[in-house]
Amino acid sequence: MNIIDKLEAGLLRHDLPRIAPGDTVKVHVKVKEGEKERIQLYQGVVIGIKGGGMRTSFTVRKISNGVGVERIFPLNSPSIDKMEVVRSGKVRRAKLYFLREKLGKKGRLKEVRRDVTAAE
Amino acid sequence: MANGIIGKKLGMTQIFNEKGQIVPVTVIQAGPCVVVQRKTSAKDGYEAVQVGYVDPQGGKRASKAEKGHCEKKGVAPVRVLRELKVEAGSALKEGDSILVTQFEEKAKVHVTGISKGKGFAGVIKRHHFGGGRATHGSMFHRAPGSIGGSSYPSRVWPGMRMGGHMGSEQVTVRNLEVARVDAENNLLLIKGAVPGPKGGYVVIKQEA
Repeated sequence: MNIIDKLEAGLLRHDLPRIAPGDTVKVHVKVKEGEKERIQLYQGVVIGIKGGGMRTSFTVRKISNGVGVERIFPLNSPSIDKMEVVRSGKVRRAKLYFLREKLGKKGRLKEVRRDVTAAE
Repeated sequence: MANGIIGKKLGMTQIFNEKGQIVPVTVIQAGPCVVVQRKTSAKDGYEAVQVGYVDPQGGKRASKAEKGHCEKKGVAPVRVLRELKVEAGSALKEGDSILVTQFEEKAKVHVTGISKGKGFAGVIKRHHFGGGRATHGSMFHRAPGSIGGSSYPSRVWPGMRMGGHMGSEQVTVRNLEVARVDAENNLLLIKGAVPGPKGGYVVIKQEA
């Protein structure tokens, strides 16, 4: 194991659930407002996971007041307080960009049960 | 204390800062280093320390000359030597170790290394010429174009930018920020890129 891998291994987060595309997740984001820090909730569907190791990031899409909103989180970010998988959708591809074109009822995903316990 | 250290570039990665933002960093195996020779104005005409980079594999592959030089100064053989300026009254002596602990997080440093060799490069890569268009009947692609007048001056002006060897030269990047110091493993994480390939040697200095 080289030194950079070792360094990165120490920074990876192992406390978050194992997410997959199609999952509806609730992300608890730490938000700093001046001196105070509070937790903001962001819930939506994971439409893609990008990168690997330290560089992993994932995109969460939700419809907010009728407007589609996508937010990209670095998976190992310390700004993520915690994350829960609300439900897992049945999907056949890694990137769910087609959901952007499907509004309302067409944008639903069938539920599937999956083990999401945190990576060791 | 000396104002710098020799390091070996290991590669780049990214870390999070205290605001939760991603910071690109270069990981440098910085030392441990050892003072091999103290140069004084009385003897050498200037004040400096000659510092050696202590390789974990040991100086097994040091040449006879390198071994002899180090033996004379009573330090283990080292192969990579660089000089650092010191003040006249500096207490550094031969055999002293130079460590990453001299650096603080957020400090500004200058990093000097040998840039990656690019071989014989054309004017577009070497001097950022614009070049011509690729299609629509253009027959002018990456050529340099005119290099001067005809009857006057009847020669090419000195300093005309042309193709030629690029890279493999000393480059200093100034005012880089120290992102993290790992004293235990002698690692320095410096924000941004530093010159040279992975495995290349760099000198990290800070202004006194």
